[in-house]
This record gives sequence, structure tokens and C-alpha cells, in this order.
Amino acid sequence: MPAPLMQLDGLTKSYPGVRANDDISFNIGEGQIHALLGENGAGKSTLVKMIYGLVRPDSGRMTLHGEPFAPSQPTEARLNGIAMVFQHFSLFDALDVAENVALGMENPPPLRDLARRIRTVSEAYGLPLDPSRLVGELSAGERQRVEIVRCLLQDPRLLIMDEPTSVLTPQEVEILFRTLRKLASEGTAILYISHKLEEIRTLCDEATILRGGRKVATCDPREKSARELAELMVGQILTPPERPARAMGDVVLEVENLSLKSSNPFGTSLKDISFQLRAGEVLGIAGVAGNGQDELLLMLSGELRAPRDQVRLRGKPVGHLGPNGRRGLGVVAAPEERLGHAAAPDMTLTENALLSAARRKRLERGGFIDWGKAEAFARDIITRFDVRTPGPHVLARALSGGNLQKFVIGREIELDPDVIIVNQPTWGVDASAAATIRQALLDLAGKGAAVLVISQDLDELLEVADSFAALNEGRLSRVRPAKGLSVEEIGLMMGGSGDMHVAHEAAE
Amino acid sequence: MILGSINPAVLLAALMVAATPILLAAIGELVVEKSGVLNLGVEGMMIMGACLGFIIAVNSGSPLLGFVGAALAGMVLAALFALLTQVLMTNHVATGLALTLFGLGLTALLGQQYVGITPPRTPRLDLGPLAQIPFFGRAFFRHDIVVYLTIALVGAVWWFLKYSRAGMILRAVGENHDAAHALGYHVKRVRLMAILFGGACAGLGGAYLSLIRVAGWTEGMTVGAGWIALALVVFASWRPWRALAGAYLFGGVVVLQLNLQAAGVRIPVEYLSMSPYLITILVLVLISSGKARASLNAPGSLNKPFHASS
Repeated sequence: MPAPLMQLDGLTKSYPGVRANDDISFNIGEGQIHALLGENGAGKSTLVKMIYGLVRPDSGRMTLHGEPFAPSQPTEARLNGIAMVFQHFSLFDALDVAENVALGMENPPPLRDLARRIRTVSEAYGLPLDPSRLVGELSAGERQRVEIVRCLLQDPRLLIMDEPTSVLTPQEVEILFRTLRKLASEGTAILYISHKLEEIRTLCDEATILRGGRKVATCDPREKSARELAELMVGQILTPPERPARAMGDVVLEVENLSLKSSNPFGTSLKDISFQLRAGEVLGIAGVAGNGQDELLLMLSGELRAPRDQVRLRGKPVGHLGPNGRRGLGVVAAPEERLGHAAAPDMTLTENALLSAARRKRLERGGFIDWGKAEAFARDIITRFDVRTPGPHVLARALSGGNLQKFVIGREIELDPDVIIVNQPTWGVDASAAATIRQALLDLAGKGAAVLVISQDLDELLEVADSFAALNEGRLSRVRPAKGLSVEEIGLMMGGSGDMHVAHEAAE
Repeated sequence: MILGSINPAVLLAALMVAATPILLAAIGELVVEKSGVLNLGVEGMMIMGACLGFIIAVNSGSPLLGFVGAALAGMVLAALFALLTQVLMTNHVATGLALTLFGLGLTALLGQQYVGITPPRTPRLDLGPLAQIPFFGRAFFRHDIVVYLTIALVGAVWWFLKYSRAGMILRAVGENHDAAHALGYHVKRVRLMAILFGGACAGLGGAYLSLIRVAGWTEGMTVGAGWIALALVVFASWRPWRALAGAYLFGGVVVLQLNLQAAGVRIPVEYLSMSPYLITILVLVLISSGKARASLNAPGSLNKPFHASS
């Protein structure tokens, strides 16, 4: 093996109350695709922030090309050939693609030349981009391209990618992997952060696994099974979710020929949506981000009002009711955006629990809040869904994404709903938390509730869904039984040509 | 005929003069808001500029020194705002309001000796033959230099925000401060500079009032010009040239109502004097009802406190 590009030696970083990284050492070789694997809170983000100069280690050393390397800010890291694609995209909606790229570069050329270079580089790596478009109008996949192209234009020696595939379709993932392999073959090292094990096994040459801030192992991921990797990562034995046997009941929720304009200027309007949802059924809705998922959830939760008769609950029209009216009838929802939509960031968990559960759980009496009961309810959610937090008095903002998601979904599940709608229930959530959430949704269906899961994670949908549909540009495909669907067929449905494909096969 | 006594060329000329102080303050505040900070202290910084500019000009006999002093006075107050909001993390809205009250009170004290004095005259810019053109010469080419410099400043700000790298960084900081921080930009430093620029502009606007437009000092003489400037920024949906148009529109209404009063229109004076403010409110309502467009242009991180916790 050639001399390593970068060596990490004994890196340690503490925050008040937590040791985020404890004595972490490993090497990254030139042209190597190195996976960094771990659950949320295992210390992956802190580690890459140290490499990228956003955080300074308390102790430990880094060397780059054999020289000591201690960046005090990202500029310094970038000048040394380190580039990073962030998990929460570091993009500016109101600026165009070229401006966004220029902002991430040290010495950008004039914008006109830059636009030309963006075109060449993005096409060379199979990631076409129009430099003059506003970033706010792009899909999640395209936004990621902006980030990657921004990095590529700086000829990086080490490219750090933080959870890059969580918002991509299988086809887009395929394209991304091709790009990364091409980059690696040209000698660029890639530090690939993920908790999707199959991806790591197909893509990476070496994997370092972190748990609770410590390094557990460095291994060749292709020699381990996904299960072995997962168990190293979680530190316990994992069981796949169980599906309680159940009979489908009557139709609970019904939407008929519904078209609805989006409230967001960058949003997608819903077009002629029809489906039925039975008691005990889990309906999975796939689709690439920005194809109407948010609007569908808003329409079903009541935040966007629909024509009265086109949304029916057990035959009764409910389209005109708002979120509180629908919650009263047993329809609850958990939107994708956790901070600011599902939960108020600057309120405590108790207050957040109260906000949606006050009526159904009778946490208020005569307009006065019963704080004792509210806190007990929040505590209940915390224990039942294993939310890792010091207690219900903590602000929602202080929780990690996965923990808050467990709390938010748990809160809705605890309401004993008849219908629950969730969007991206496990986005950015670690493996064991995701398993908890999926199991809870299945248990709820087992008790006779109707469950609608909107997700971009196909493995997740195939794991939980009984029936399956896809959203494409605001249109919903025909609902089909999930059993026997191949990933390829689903990909075509997501592209909007699923039905045509089937018709074509039938004709042959 | 009453309206016949109003000369349109004189009206246009007066309009440009009336618009200049609010335009100066507005273009400064526009840059501040583009960087993601809402400084409600514009009125306070303006009156500081008006008062100190006046005092310095009277004592030194030089209007130029007066303007320089006014800009510095505005910056000092702005620096106080920056210290409180950016370093000590106080609430933007409350701090801005306090700044306005502080400015009004302090200048009432400082300016006590200066009421009723005439400041040194600022000469008109001699534009030679241009000033002789019938109608246009009277309307557009017989002003002092500040009027033209202000228009040039609008152009400069427009160019800065649209084409310069520093302007792009400033917009990025205002649009998404977390992302800008993650890319390694100094959010606070950028905002500090924007706030100081806004303070200087507001100070100059105030000095224009006391040294040229009114040519005298009275307590509380800005009478809400700073607030109009703030409204103007929203009215302009954060675009420099629209701020110019808005300032001239507002200046036009002010001048027109003064002329109508002078011409003896039979409407009580109070209604005429409140008309510019009513029209500002009306325009704001009309603008913000097209919610998609206005909201698209508002800086994404406007008035959100930034704390680098990572």
C-alpha cells in the first residue's frame, strides 16, 4: 500500500458533558474510498469537522502528505485540498448555481468563466447542471450535484461526503457511485460517511466504525456482512422488524381526484390524486424529493385545506377541516421537517408534546394546562421510544435529529390514531432508532390503524409497506401490492413511467 | 385655478431634495438587511447625524466636515448596535428601538445651544450649460452635489451586491448564516461592516436634513424619516433601484402636499401632512399582498440571531 494521504492520531474532542471523540486514529490512503460508519451521536460529524477545520481537537495530531496538519478554519483545509459535501446542504436558495459554487471556492474565476467550467466539469462526471438556475428551484439530487461540483472544481485530494445518498433515487445513487469511483481512480481519496451498510459494502475499500465516540474497528467492508457491520456499529444484536399478521379492515381514508395548488412558490402542486387506505394497511409512497410529498402530507394533515368532499374519513367529508379538526377525528401526521414544523425548536419536549396532544390526551381543562399530566405524557414518550435526552424539560432544538424524530413520531403514535401520515420518518436517523420507529408504525397498523408512509428510502418502504405507489411531479401512480415489486420497477414508477412499463410488458 | 400655481419643474426639483435623506438612510439599511440584520435604530442614527453634522459644520464653517462628522456619528451609534447585537447577542428589535430613543434624547441635549442658527451654505454644483436647459435644467441640474452622489451611491450598492464577490458573500451571509459559517465565512465580521455602513448612510441622510433641506436644527427634526426609510427597504423588496423609485415617490407626495397646502387647497393641513405616511402604509400593503414575490427576495436569515455553536 502506498504512503497514506492522511493520518489521524489520537484525536480527542470533548464538549461539556460529552466526549464526542476519544482517541481516534486511522489512515486514509490516496485514491481510497474510506467509509466512516456509526450511529447518530457516534462522533462522525465531530471528527470530520476537525479534519475540515471547523472544530479544533483537544488533543491528537493529523498529518497530511506526511506533514503536520492542524487547520484552524475551513479556508486552510480547502487550500490543502480538502473538500466537503455537507449532510444538511450548505447552499443558498436565493442565489444561483454559479454563485453558490463561487462561495465555496477560495479564488473563484469571474462568474462567466466559472459558469463554463461548471458545465464542463459537471458533464465530465455525469452530473449535468445549469449554472444560471436558482438553487431554491432545484431538486434534492440536483442540489447535491451543486455541492459535489463545487468540491470538484477545486481538484480536491480528499473529498469528505456526509450522508450523500439519503435524498437520492436508486438511479441517482448509481450515478453518484460512478462519479466517486472515477474520482478515486484519479487518485482522490474519499471519506464517505453513512450508515447505509449495503452502500458501503459496494463502494468502499476500507471502513472505520465509531461507536460512542470511540473507534471500534477498521476493516474491509467487503469481507463482512451487512449484519456484522451493523452489529459492530450498534454494539448489540439487531432484529428486523416483525410484521404482526393482520387482516385488512374497511376503507378508512379516501382521496378522490384531488388537485391542489402548492402554498410554496418553489413547491409542486398535487394533480388528480386518488387512493384508498384501509384499516391495518401500510401504504408506502415513494418519490424523489420535491415531487409533491410535502404537499401531500399538508393536504392530509389539514394544513392545506382541500375541497370538502374529495377527502373522506370513513365516508364522511373532512377536506375542509384543519389539523385540529382532523386530529380530533383521529388523523395525525408527522411532517418531514422536524425542527420548526413537527416541533417548535425553542420549546421544551413537554410543551411540544402538549402542542399536538392537548385535546386527545386531555392535557388541558377549561383552558388551563395540566402541567403534571403533560410532563408525564412527555416522559412516557421518552421511555417508550428510547429518546436519549436528560428529560422532558430539554428544548427540542437540543436533541439530535434521530432522537427528536423518535419523539415526534412517538408523540403521534401515543395518540392512538386511526390514520397516521408520516413523511421521511427515518431520514438522518441511525439504524437502531430507525428500526424502533418502523416497528412502532407496524405495531400501530397491527392494532388496526391505517398508516401512510411517504419516504425516499426504498428499503424502508419495502420493509414496512403492504401496498406501494409513487409520486412524480405531483401525480400519484396506481397503488400496487408491495409484494413482488422489484427495485427496478419502483424506480420506473418514481420516474412516472411505471404504468407504461407494465402495459408494455403486458403487450409483449 | 389653484393647481395652476404649482410649477412642475420646481416640484420635481423639490422632490429630489426631499427624497435624498430617506434614500440615503434606506440604501444603508438595505445593505444591513441584506446581511441578515434588522436595525430599527435608523431614526436614531439619522438624528445623530443631523445634530452632530450641524454642530460640526457650524463650528468649523465647513459643510464637508459636517457631513464627515455626521457619517462618523451614525457609525458610532451603529457600532454600539453591533456590539450589543453581534457580540452580546441582544435582541435586534429591542436594541434598535432603544437606539432610536437614545439618539433622540441625546441629540435633544447636545443641540440645545444650536436652535435658530443657520448652517454654512452648501454650494450648488455648477453644471454649466446643463442647468440652462429649459424645464429639465430647473428640475434636475441645479442641485447640490449630495443629491447626485446619493444616486451614484445607489448605483454603487447595486453593482456591489450584484457583481462583486464581497457583495455575494454579504448576500450569502444574509440568506443562510449557518451555511456561510460552514463554508468558513466570518458572519459577524460581515455583519459588523454592513451595520457600520448603514450607520454612516443614516448619519449622512440626517446631515442632509439639517444642513441643506431644512438648513437649521430643531429637536426631533427627522420626524419619522428613519421609519420611512425602513419601510422603503421592504417596499423596494431589497432592491437598490426600487429604493430609489420608492424614495422619489415618497418625496413626491411630501412635496406635493406642501405645495397643495401653500396653494390653499381646502383640506385641513393635518390630513395633508399625514398623507405621505398613509401612502407608505398603503404601498406596503399592496406590495406584501403579492406574498410569493416579496418573500422570495427577503434575506433568509433576516433578524435571526447567529451563534456559532459548532
